[in-house]
Amino acid sequence: MLKRDNFLASSRGIVIVGVAIGILAALLQKFGNPGNMGICVACFERDIAGAIGMHRADVVQYLRPEIIGFGLGAFISALLFREFKPRGGSTPLARFILGMIAMIGALVFLGCPWRAILRLAGGDGNALFGVAGLAVGVGIGTLFFRAGYTLGRSEKQRIGAGIIIPIVLLGFLALRLVFPQVEGNPKSGILFYSVKGPGSQHAALLISLVIGAVVGILAQRSRFCTMGALRDLILFRHLHLFSGFVALLLGAFVVNLIVGQFHPGFVGQPVAHTQSFWNFSGMVVAGLAFALAGGCPGRQIFMSGEGDGDAGVFVLGMIAGAAVSHNFGLASSPAGIGPYGAYAVAFGLLGCLLIGFTHMDRIKS
Amino acid sequence: MEMKDTVDARGLSCPQPVLLTISKLKKTNSKEIEVIVDNDVSKENVCRAATSQGWMVDNVLEETDQYKIHIRKV
Repeated sequence: MLKRDNFLASSRGIVIVGVAIGILAALLQKFGNPGNMGICVACFERDIAGAIGMHRADVVQYLRPEIIGFGLGAFISALLFREFKPRGGSTPLARFILGMIAMIGALVFLGCPWRAILRLAGGDGNALFGVAGLAVGVGIGTLFFRAGYTLGRSEKQRIGAGIIIPIVLLGFLALRLVFPQVEGNPKSGILFYSVKGPGSQHAALLISLVIGAVVGILAQRSRFCTMGALRDLILFRHLHLFSGFVALLLGAFVVNLIVGQFHPGFVGQPVAHTQSFWNFSGMVVAGLAFALAGGCPGRQIFMSGEGDGDAGVFVLGMIAGAAVSHNFGLASSPAGIGPYGAYAVAFGLLGCLLIGFTHMDRIKS
Repeated sequence: MEMKDTVDARGLSCPQPVLLTISKLKKTNSKEIEVIVDNDVSKENVCRAATSQGWMVDNVLEETDQYKIHIRKV
C-alpha cells in the first residue's frame, strides 16, 4: 500500500495533471475521437446509453472505453493509495435527478465542462457562451451552499456497495470485448454501434481504454474537478483547482496548434451549434446541477471509483438523462436545439431550484 | 476561558467541509480549532483553506476512518 505526500494534489501537481489531461484529450481527437471531443464525459455517457439501446439516436451509439477507463483507473488508484472508501446515503434520489438534469443541460450545449474547455482549445467560439453559462450556473450553486444547502452526510458502507460501479464498468468492458464492432454494421450482438456521426468516430479500443485509465488515476490523485475549479474560485477565491482547469485548456490548445486541430470561429465547428443563448443557458442548468451534486461529471465517475455510491447514482442519473434527452428530442444537434430543448432547459432549471430550496439545513454549524 | 472549537465535517462532500471550517475560523474566539473529516480529499481541502485564511495546521491525527485536523491561529 502506498501512502506518502500526495504530490499530484499540490499546486504544481494539479497543473501538471491539467496539462497532461489536455494533451491526452487532444491526442484522442488525433487518434479518431470526434472534433473537440477527445474527452467529453457527458457525450461519452450519452454514447454508452445509445450503445446499450437506452436511446436509438443512431449517430451517438458507442460504448466509450474512456468512461470505463476513468472509473477503473480511479478504482485502482484508490485501492493502491488506501483511499477506497465505500460510502453513500446522502440523498441519492436527488442526486439521480440532478444527474439527469445535468446531462439534459449539457446536451443542449453539446458538451460537459470538459468538452467546453476542449471546444475553446480547438477555437470554437460558441464554447465561450457555454463556459460563461457554466460559471453562472456554478455561481448560483455557491449561493445555495452559502445559504445552507446540503444533501446531508454520507455514511460508511460495506465493500459490496463500493464496488458496484467498478463491476458495472467491468461488465461494460466485457460487453465491448464480447460484441466488438463489425465494420459498417449498426449492431453487434446486443450492442449498438453508430456507422455515421460522432458515435462512429473513435480511437482504437486499447488507446481509449489506456488513456481513460491514466486520466482516471491522475484525476483520482489530484482531485481534478472542472466544476470545483469555478466553484472554489467563486466561493473561496481559491485558484487551486482553477489552475488545473486553465492548464487543461493550455495543454489541449498547444497540441491542437501543433497537430492542426485549432480552427478559430463560430460557424461549422464540430458537433456544435451557434445558438448562443441556448449554449449559455444549457450550461447554466448543467453547471447548477453539477454544483448542487458536488462535482463535475468526470469527478463523479472518479469518486464512484473510490467507492462513493452517491456519485455512482449521479453517473447513472446522467446515463438515464441522456436516454430521456434523445428519446424526447431535448438534445441539440449541429442544426440547433432539439424541438423540446427550450422546455428542457426551463424545467431543468426549475428542478434544480426545487432541489436546492428543499434541501436547506436550518441548523447552521 | 479558552475552549477548543470543533467542526464535524464527517460525511460531508465538497465544498461543505471547507465552508464550515472557514465560517468557524471567522466566528471563533479561540485560538485553536479541531476539524474532523473522514476522507483524504476533505483533509487536503481543509488544510489548504486554513492556511489560506492565515491559520496554521498544527497536526493531523489519523484515526480509524477519520482525521482530526488541529488548526491554530498564527
